Amino acid sequence: MAKQATPATRRAARSRPIRVLIAKPGLDGHDRGARVLARALRDAGMEVIYTGLFQTPEMIARAAADEDVDVVGLSILSGAHNQLFPEIMGQLRRAGLDDVLVIAGGIIPKDDVPHLKALGIAAIFGPGTPLQEIVRFIREHAPTRESEE
Amino acid sequence: MSDLLERFRAGERRALARLLSHVENRTPFGIQAERELYPLTGRAHLIGITGPPGAGKSTLVAGLIREARRQSLTAAVLAVDPTSPVTGGAVMGDRIRMLDVQSDEGVFIRSVTGRGRGGGLAPALCAMAHVLDAFGFDLVLLETVGAGQDDVDIARLADTTVLVLVPGLGDGVQSLKAGTLEVADIFVVNKADLPGANQVVRDLRVMQRLMVGAAEQAPILSTVATTGEGIDQVLRAILEHRRQLEIHGQLTERTQRRLLAEARYLALEALADQLDEVLETLPAEDRASLETRQLDPRTLAMRLIERLRLSFPASRS
Repeated sequence: MAKQATPATRRAARSRPIRVLIAKPGLDGHDRGARVLARALRDAGMEVIYTGLFQTPEMIARAAADEDVDVVGLSILSGAHNQLFPEIMGQLRRAGLDDVLVIAGGIIPKDDVPHLKALGIAAIFGPGTPLQEIVRFIREHAPTRESEE
Repeated sequence: MSDLLERFRAGERRALARLLSHVENRTPFGIQAERELYPLTGRAHLIGITGPPGAGKSTLVAGLIREARRQSLTAAVLAVDPTSPVTGGAVMGDRIRMLDVQSDEGVFIRSVTGRGRGGGLAPALCAMAHVLDAFGFDLVLLETVGAGQDDVDIARLADTTVLVLVPGLGDGVQSLKAGTLEVADIFVVNKADLPGANQVVRDLRVMQRLMVGAAEQAPILSTVATTGEGIDQVLRAILEHRRQLEIHGQLTERTQRRLLAEARYLALEALADQLDEVLETLPAEDRASLETRQLDPRTLAMRLIERLRLSFPASRS
């Protein structure tokens, strides 16, 4: 007979899925990528909160804090990442989100990547990145906090 | 740990967000925090907003918050989005409709999925609503997709339940009447600028004559949530509903019923967990005799209840 889970392990297995905020900062109306990723993360069993378009850094930090997400995914195709990302990282810190995993995607030139990573953005996924790669990255790096506190 | 509770009591927003996660996920700390905060609850007005997908619930909620803020009332929202039954994942888009209200300190929006957390959705929502109540929000809005029994139950967990309908559902109104219509304290016909809205209002009036209970006298209001038209009336009706309950001495009874329903949920959950444990130790011959038709499921169910009774520590001693 197959080994059956005890209630204790079953309960552990039912612990909360990874919560992800997908945000579209700034003046950027292109959210196909963000939507596709939101769907892929959902299919991977995550809870995805999509902010919608035209978010200020303050709104993103507020949503991430109130929704108590583990991961913030920033999608940007406007070219304003060097301006917006530092502000977003600053706002996230001010909102008390020091341990949240921040990743980014969109049109981001290679030359900008080191600077953005130095800000604390864990990974930057360009066009053509396999969705499974992003899923895997999030699973490996998302903080698990309820158990730690 | 208790540091989080202190920060919560001091009104720190981030502590509220963290605590909600603990409570939602039934961590030992979350369960303890629920108990400790319970004496602080009972002040917020719990408002259930339910209705079919696409009826404009989130937009209406955003409008209600705006209206509440105009009257200096603070408001928190628990927005429930459906979960994929296959993967357990969910995409929650309610915040999109609440864009302009979310940078206000007096507003707190939290998305909740219907997924299998520590337990069912309804008790998790209740627990989270208690936390928001304890934090001091004047209004706590529960927004749920109004389809299925679970949502009817959630509607019963609010002081005031608003059912949002829209034109174009046709027989949809008819099919709803068996469940959700009866629990509504207020009907809102949203998208009132669309053709057919008056017909929905008429249908509701006709149906009300056939109904008994609260829904019999529930006000029917028309709104265009996207423009804000009629929303002030809805908030007025919501606040008035609770005031009327108070005046007529029904609030106490209703609150007791609501909290008792919550306790029942939690008890059922604990029983279900225990029953699963009992099932795991079920002798193989019982399984076999079910299949060979020597033992019927109902008889086995009675035996399970007996085992369940014996499995509780209190009855062992």
